[in-house]
Amino acid sequence: MSEDTKKEIKGKERYKAGVLKYAQMGYWDGDYEPKDTDVLALFRITPQEGVDPIEAAAAVAGESSTATWTVVWTDRLTAAENYRAKAYKVEPVPGQEGQYFCYVAYDLILFEEGSIANLTASIIGNVFSFKPLKAARLEDMRFPVAYVKTFAGPPTGLVVERERLDKFGKPLLGATTKPKLGLSGKNYGRVVYEGLKGGLDFMKDDENINSQPFMHWRDRFLYCMEAVNKASAESGEIKGHYLNITAGTMEEMYARAEFAKQLGSVIVMVDLIIGWTAIQSISKWCRDNNMILHMHRAGHGTYTRQKNHGISFRVIAKWLRLAGVDHLHTGTAVGKLEGDPLTVQGYYNVCREPFNEVDLPRGLFFEQDWADTKKVMPVASGGIHAGQMHQLLSLFGDDVVLQFGGGTIGHPMGIQAGATANRVALEAMVLARNEGRDIKNEGPEILREAAKWCKPLEAALDTWGNITFNYTSTDTSDYVVSETPLA
Amino acid sequence: MRITQGCFSFLPDLDDVQITAQIEYCLGREWAIGIEYTDDPHPRNTYWDMWGHPMFDLHDAKGVMMELDDCRKAHGDKYIRINAFDSTRGFETVMMSFIVNRPAEEPKIHMQRTDFVDRAQKYAWDVRK
Repeated sequence: MSEDTKKEIKGKERYKAGVLKYAQMGYWDGDYEPKDTDVLALFRITPQEGVDPIEAAAAVAGESSTATWTVVWTDRLTAAENYRAKAYKVEPVPGQEGQYFCYVAYDLILFEEGSIANLTASIIGNVFSFKPLKAARLEDMRFPVAYVKTFAGPPTGLVVERERLDKFGKPLLGATTKPKLGLSGKNYGRVVYEGLKGGLDFMKDDENINSQPFMHWRDRFLYCMEAVNKASAESGEIKGHYLNITAGTMEEMYARAEFAKQLGSVIVMVDLIIGWTAIQSISKWCRDNNMILHMHRAGHGTYTRQKNHGISFRVIAKWLRLAGVDHLHTGTAVGKLEGDPLTVQGYYNVCREPFNEVDLPRGLFFEQDWADTKKVMPVASGGIHAGQMHQLLSLFGDDVVLQFGGGTIGHPMGIQAGATANRVALEAMVLARNEGRDIKNEGPEILREAAKWCKPLEAALDTWGNITFNYTSTDTSDYVVSETPLA
Repeated sequence: MRITQGCFSFLPDLDDVQITAQIEYCLGREWAIGIEYTDDPHPRNTYWDMWGHPMFDLHDAKGVMMELDDCRKAHGDKYIRINAFDSTRGFETVMMSFIVNRPAEEPKIHMQRTDFVDRAQKYAWDVRK
């Protein structure tokens, strides 16, 4: 592409009817210095053969802000310059031929306050179907403090959650009720009771437990709350069950949420697939009703997993912290589901830190000041077991819910024993870490020491001690900074 | 019935060497240690009695252990816990809490059910000695 076609055309020439390059229309400015108040986005794009990466970046900026494919005179009725997003940097993705990182800045006036729906309608509304691109992925975003402050954020936050539960200094423990489908309400509540009585803090509905013919939601709520309260009385601890209130309409979700509240539940749950507006609505309800909100990221793998197309989960995590959830499934790194350890730690940092520094190995391309937005409690769930306790604690620290579903319910001595094994493994590991032991290396030995006096832990280690899921991760950070950016 | 509140209730009771190590961990993070006691381990009993204020200016585990000994002498038949407070912006809460003393015979917590509509129950707990 010649230098001319990369320059913005100004004045009368700019508005002649016809088609111009996006760069010529003013969507590329290699000298642009992003303002502190700009929303920033980083896209990974794969232009079609023969499409210049700078023009492609300009097109992304254009199509995610105010452009259409041709010149329109009505731009001249507006302060158009302000509405044009600016692609300001393009560089090849290290080690990925044909892919480019493109940085785009958006003026704050483009976005409605406190609306993830509006934000996403711009940023991911059109560009992902744009023909000149083979593929596009939203890798990261930076929100200015002024915009962050228009969102209420998590209804409870991890600090207040801990105070409400009266649990400090170690990860929380949970398990998902299994089998997911088919248990009657009465049988289902049995699993909940056994898990909590055995030592877990939370039990959980799975993502697709709503109100099917085998178990209607009211029955499930009644039996689960009997189980929760009975287990609390027998331990002296506050316990909970994530009651999944996901339903076909908001009206029905509110009805289920109200019933959960009436029964004294401390927590309700929704699935990511309910959509952004529904999430913000139920978040407001939770804030008004002192309820912890658990978010199960059902469906995210359809758009987060492949590196060349979709949205990185770190962006989803940022949107969810703004939209306002208290718990968020963020991966295990060592379990059965996708997750490179460093990339996963990046998601945890998005959930929990007051300020994210640029951290390329963890996939964080921008600084993000959260401006005292409450912290989200990350949840590690999916194919993890007691034998990995030292790894989980080293990777994620204290502020996380560790969920062992199969690793609790599949225990050879029963569900209570499974829960006890996990609880003992956790407490032994936290104790050892605080004593200054090197748990990363001594972990297996620490677990075996505890197993000498704890039969359930011994049985868990004998059953699962050698189970690992060592597959190559699909979504890793391509972070080697290129020496010579294209522009 | 063994009350399992706090960080380490599923482990055998900690001895003084182990307690000291945990206190050192907390002090190393500049958390202030507070000692609290109660005879009412109700899950919603947030405010146990304070054995003095959190010790903001004490940075030596031995000093904490001396306070704990005194508290045990006065309230050896009650629950005693160690709390660690962090005043960092964004936390400003308890970061660690663990039981270091239990009554010889622990009470039971009784669950009361009250019908309120259809089959739904209101649950209440009370501690019975």
